[in-house]
Amino acid sequence: MTGPRVVEDEQSVPIGSNDDVVRARQTVRTYAQQCGLSLVDQTKLVTAASELARNTLVYGGGGLMRCAAVRSGARVGVHAVFEDSGPGIADLDLALTDGWTSGGGLGLGLSGARRLVDEFELRSEPGSGTKVSVTKWAR
Amino acid sequence: MAVERASERLVELLTRDGAVQEQWVAAVAASLGGRISRAELERELSDLYQALLQALDKGGLDWQDEAYSEVRALLVELSRSRARHGFTPTETAVSVFAGKDVLEPTADSTAEDTAAYLQLARLFDALGLFTIEAYARTREEIISAQAEQLLELSTPVVKLWEGVVAVPLVGTLDSARTQVVMEKLLQSLVDSESEHAIIDITGVPAVDTEVAQHLLKTVVAARLMGAECTISGIRPQIAQTLVALGVQFGDIVTKATLADALRHVLQHSGAALPSGGDR
Amino acid sequence: MSDRVPVLKIGQVLLVSIQVDLEDQIVLDLQDDLAERIVATGANGVVIDITALEIVDSFVGRMLANTAAISRMLDAETVVVGMRPAVAITLVELGLSLGGVRTALTLEKGLALLERDRTARTGRP
Repeated sequence: MTGPRVVEDEQSVPIGSNDDVVRARQTVRTYAQQCGLSLVDQTKLVTAASELARNTLVYGGGGLMRCAAVRSGARVGVHAVFEDSGPGIADLDLALTDGWTSGGGLGLGLSGARRLVDEFELRSEPGSGTKVSVTKWAR
Repeated sequence: MAVERASERLVELLTRDGAVQEQWVAAVAASLGGRISRAELERELSDLYQALLQALDKGGLDWQDEAYSEVRALLVELSRSRARHGFTPTETAVSVFAGKDVLEPTADSTAEDTAAYLQLARLFDALGLFTIEAYARTREEIISAQAEQLLELSTPVVKLWEGVVAVPLVGTLDSARTQVVMEKLLQSLVDSESEHAIIDITGVPAVDTEVAQHLLKTVVAARLMGAECTISGIRPQIAQTLVALGVQFGDIVTKATLADALRHVLQHSGAALPSGGDR
Repeated sequence: MSDRVPVLKIGQVLLVSIQVDLEDQIVLDLQDDLAERIVATGANGVVIDITALEIVDSFVGRMLANTAAISRMLDAETVVVGMRPAVAITLVELGLSLGGVRTALTLEKGLALLERDRTARTGRP
């Protein structure tokens, strides 16, 4: 059953330090619990959020996470957007390849996060920042 | 303004001789053929009738208006009860549409009454659709609850030996079910502190790539937790399909039968044997 | 923040029990601390208990893999114990297999694993 998407109850977490990454994780977890995601789905979503929040901090030079509950017909889910105004990503396909990294990471952040959520959208242009939106639906 | 006049007139028509409600109940009772008690029907419809009068009295014909919240709540309740008792969508909607028929204009109705009736008909049509939607939602809830119960029933994780759990899979595996079973299996490893799990697929008629992937991921996840999985009971056809699909079980131990798998596990884990082990 | 995860020594084994959601710097500090303590104490085993961890992302996963590799180079075996099912499933999906990291279901089983190892290596109990 689908229907118009309704976004409710949005909350913002600025990401400017390692502590903020922890805070972003905790915020997403609270939403995941409230929206009734299963324990495994909660874990997957929070892990994805952790990867994305760290990317925002490390590669984007800091930014903002917005988290909200979404409703579409009878479905309920959690929606999170990570935005920064950093250098951006030149080659999106490459950035989504397992093992590729521009920094010192394992190169699993973006590609791994994509596998952990139901919907994943990456928008970026060199010089104008990066925006990653993810959604996970309760089963 | 016209709406106000129409709804005023409708209240008059609905209450003119006190027989409207009775006719409404009679019409519904006839269509449901006694599968619901007259008393219950009367209670349901009189509540609905009163709520409708009140809503009309407040001067609206818009069913989505605040004034109709009581009407909508009653209709949701009515469709839930119909869905639970196995009535069809038509039999559910008739409870609303019958109310419309009662007021049907006759040859001597005035033009004003006919106009008012048309407004009412529109309102009832919307309410009828709303009822069917609520009915469908309830049916969906019932179906998903049943599916969940079935899932629970069909996926037991059993303890075979000290430190060995097994999950005998029976029936067709889809991706969702496989995921649930696997989560249950991993949790049982923690709960029983078992270092060995046997996944027996003797009762599974077919395995596709996705299900095979879930099996593989479970084995890897179990290893991350510090436990080993053995897969047993792979039928010849399934083995052929898996090979054709390019699925490789790599270093995962597979055995023909559950008994072979248990023997293998016990032989390779002296620690799991209560006595007679070599350690 | 200057919080550090305590590293305990029991016999020949260093024990770390991670109790809270860690920020990245503390994770890095822990990796350094463990390497130093292995050398300082001459420990031949490390047990990292992650029973309380609700998630392990690639950063923590990398710390676990690095610690295992570093400690092996310093002649100590690392065992990660208590990983939750949901965490394990997520790591597999994330694509992190933690190659080279040994695991056990519980702290007790982890210690027993190290003990068996030591026996096998030295040829005596």
